[in-house]
Formats: sequence, structure tokens, C-alpha cells
Amino acid sequence: MSAPPCAAPSSDYEEEILESEPALGDSEFSRRTFVKAAGILSAGVATGVPRIAAAESAQAAAASTPQTIAVTLKVNGKTESLTLDTRTTLLDALRDHLDLTGSKKGCDHGQCGACTIILDGRRVNSCLTLAAVANGGEITTIEGLAQGDNIDDLSPVQAAFLQHDAFQCGYCTPGQICSATALLEEQKHGTLSTVSFETGHTSNPQLTDDEIRERMSGNICRCAAYPNIVAAVRAAARSVQA
Amino acid sequence: MNPFNYQRATAPEEAIHAASARDAKFLGGGTNLIDLMKDGVEHPATLIDINHLNLTQITATPSGGALIGALVRNSDLANHEMIRRNYPLLSHGLLSGASPQLRNMATTGGNLLQRTRCYYFMDTAFPACNKRNPGSGCAALNGFNRIHAILGTNGGASEACIATNPSDMNVAMAALNATIHVQGPKGKRTIPFADFHRLPGKTPEIDTNLKPGELITAVELPTPKFAKHSWYLKVRDRQSYAFALVAVAAGLEMDGNTIKSAGLALGGVAHKPWRSLEAEKSLAGATATPEAFKKAADLAVAGAKPYEHNAFKIELAKQSIVRALTLAAQGAQA
Repeated sequence: MSAPPCAAPSSDYEEEILESEPALGDSEFSRRTFVKAAGILSAGVATGVPRIAAAESAQAAAASTPQTIAVTLKVNGKTESLTLDTRTTLLDALRDHLDLTGSKKGCDHGQCGACTIILDGRRVNSCLTLAAVANGGEITTIEGLAQGDNIDDLSPVQAAFLQHDAFQCGYCTPGQICSATALLEEQKHGTLSTVSFETGHTSNPQLTDDEIRERMSGNICRCAAYPNIVAAVRAAARSVQA
Repeated sequence: MNPFNYQRATAPEEAIHAASARDAKFLGGGTNLIDLMKDGVEHPATLIDINHLNLTQITATPSGGALIGALVRNSDLANHEMIRRNYPLLSHGLLSGASPQLRNMATTGGNLLQRTRCYYFMDTAFPACNKRNPGSGCAALNGFNRIHAILGTNGGASEACIATNPSDMNVAMAALNATIHVQGPKGKRTIPFADFHRLPGKTPEIDTNLKPGELITAVELPTPKFAKHSWYLKVRDRQSYAFALVAVAAGLEMDGNTIKSAGLALGGVAHKPWRSLEAEKSLAGATATPEAFKKAADLAVAGAKPYEHNAFKIELAKQSIVRALTLAAQGAQA
């Protein structure tokens, strides 16, 4: 046998009583608070578990009152100051507090990429980024990519998505476009992907279709417009290089 | 998600002091913790944002190794010039995990602490999970256990947890024999990589041997030995953006066709990154042949115990080891 087990350290683990919580939208605080309070009550009444007192006080310390924080974000060039519940994700801050609804909530768990935005020059999942953590950051969303209101003002990636019909329903498209925009920037810096290793091109790899597919794999398209998305990214890469 | 207090720390000492508060947790990239908080699996009373600590550098050590700050993002680590040149195994492993967006967020320290993707741990609708709710049982034992462990478990019905460690970075770092630097209320210490993560035993709720309040500050890599001959092989249900069924980090130090030394670790098969010292020993001094690789593979998975749906992992692990060693020996990455 390899790797023998190690001695266990002492644990300061707190017992968890509240195991189930309905998945609610982040803007439904009042309903969640009610559900949680009801959950504590019913757990205590139904089971009479002795450790309820300890667990209740632990929960009370965490959950009695929502905490707020002042957050300043520079979004698409404009400075915005907000007072937010500490739980607010960057995605919800953009959508619910700044009315920038271009960034989409798909899975809300960092698995689909619909919420992709560019934070301090890097593409990230805004659904897993707390607004408090992004405090002071510079953000570009889909609303900030075009230079103006005319079709000629679209960014190279936006124009390429349009020309190559790189969508069907369009729900994932803002995330796809933000992701592809950052991808082109990463490419300029010679970043690698796992495909670079598979193909042996670990020095300034070119954006082959396989590279594009791998580098766009954090953005899911349920309409499966993938061939056209790859074509659009390929075309945008050429137009940026030209 | 529970309401929580948010504090932004500006120095390690400040973060460590803040961590003495009840139910406090450090917040790095948040790619795992925020996700688990949304699911109600984690419910800290306080989040200590450590993203602004000055732990973001990668520096060369006097011995020719590398010191990686705990807040270096996975994408920056994978693409760092010195890491690409001296530790391509680590770059390859990192880039095999998650998505570009998540790698831009995830930190080195956070990745070390990534929690299992066991369905039953992540879904609070299942009451039985010894990792989430100690003493409640293990729903995976008699549930769908296709993705679960084959090594480091007792293999019996009394098993407390058969979850696996999901990280790719950890597998590469295990094969590279890294050392973890931590700082806590009682000062600084280092932990050899093999002693950092735990096997489940009877306390699967404890993933690592970090002590309460300890903050990971850096990961140190020793003098590079496998820069010319390494391979990270990840076998999964999708070609990209999926967790490993089996992963292999293979590094070889070659002299002609003779193996001077080897580093070999598996992912997706145990509660911790599974480094096999027996396999590494059998490779040292051997000629790089399929027979030598098969022998190493047999040693690496010796004692494996399958559950109802994951018996395939034993043969998959063996063949993956042979393939990874073959590609490493070819110097495909040089």
C-alpha cells in the first residue's frame, strides 16, 4: 500500500443541523430568512436533538441579520457606488443593482459561463465572485464592448458573432463574447492550454480550432451553436491580428 | 446562503487573528467555497477575504526550486515562464482542470483545499454524509459510486467515506514532491505534500492536516528533475471541463533510456492525491520499457478495492499509468 494515512488533528467542527435549504435567487433574502427560521424551528420540534441549542446559537451568530458593505465598482468606464448585502455576487450586483442585465444567470454555480465578465482584464465567472471581493475593480460587461450605438461600433468579437450566426437563442452569447474577447487578449501573451501540450505546441501556440474549442470550453451553449462560435472566434482572431 | 460578516485582510497576521472567530473561513478565489455556500454545504459566519495579501509572487529558491505564493492564480501559475520551463508537469496538470474563467480566479492555496465533488457531499438533500455531517453515514457506499475512490479505503461496509480529492494541481504537486508553507497562531511551519491531505479514516470531515487558524502562504517545489520528461494524463467523461475519473502525473529523470528517478501520482482514485513511492522506487534504475511501466502500474494500484460502479477504475488507472509514463519517457513535453 502506498501513502499511509496520517494522524487526524483535533477538530473544532460544529454540528450542522440545517442540512437542506431551497435554492433561492439571491434577491429573495426575506423569503430565505423565513424559510431558514422555519427550518430551525421544525428541526428542533420534530427531532428534539439535544445539540440543537449549540447549533442554534452557531446559526444565530451567522444568520441573525444580513450584513451590508459599501462597494465601489468601475463598470464599463463608469464609477458606481453601492451598499450591498455581503452575500451579493458580482453578477447580481450588475443585474439587480445596476440594471446591466446583459450578463446572464445560467447555472449560478460556475459551470455554464453565461455570467462571464472581464474583471481587471481577466475573464471570470461573476456568479462565483462576491461583489465585496471585486470592490475597487474595473469591470467590462457585454454592454461595454461596443464603441457606440451603430453597427459599425461593435467590437471585433461582436461583429464576428453576428457575421457567423454564432448563436440561436442568444442566452449564452454575452458570456461567450466576453470570454472570446479575453481569449484573444490571453493569446497575445502566449498563454497555453491543455491542447498545447497534447499537440506539442507549447511555445506561442496558434489558435487552431482545437485550441479555440478548449479555450472556450468554460462557456456552454445549449443550442449547440458551437461550430459557428468556433468560426466566429477564428474570424475575430484574424481581424484583431490584421 | 447564510448572511455572513465580510472582512478584508491586509496582512497574514491580521487574517490569522481574524480566523480565530467562530466559524470563520478564509476566502480566496471563491470558486469552491461560494459554490458550496450557495448549496448550504458551507455556512461560515465570517469570510476573511485574503485576496489582497502579498502572496502573489513566484520566485526562484536558492536550491534552484520555486516558491509559489498561495494567492498565485491557477492560470498565472500554469503560464509562468519558470514553471513552464522547469515544471511543465504542473502547467499541464493545472490547464487540465476547470475552465479558463475558473483558473483565472482559483488560487494555489485554495486549490489545495478544494473539497470533494462527491454528489452526496454536495447535495444536502442526502442526509447521510460523514464528511458533511459526521456520524450520519455514507450515501455513496451503496449509492452511485462510479466516481469514487478505489484506494485508501478499508473496502468494507464500515467505510466512513469513499470520496475523492478532485484537484489536478494536487496530483502534479504530489508527483513533484512539493512542500507547503503555512503560518498560524503559533508561527510558521512546513508540511511535506504527502502529509498535507488526509485519508478519511473515521474523521472524513477533516480533509487536511492544517490546524485551526493556519493560513497557507506558499508552495515550494524542489529542484526540477522532470523538466524534459513528464506527462499529465487526465481521463474523464468529456474531453474538457470535467473532473477526472482517473488522472496520472508522471515525471521521469532520464539518462539515455535509463530512468534515474521518477515521480508518480494518481488523481480521482482516493481521498488524497495518491503518490506511489513503491512505483517510483521500482522505476528508479530501470530501463524505460513497457514491462517496467506495467510493473509500476501494478504497484501503484496494489490493494485497490472497487465498489459497485467503479471497478473499471482499477484497469483504467493501470493503463493510464503506462500511457503517461510512455509519453513522459518520449519527452513529448520537452
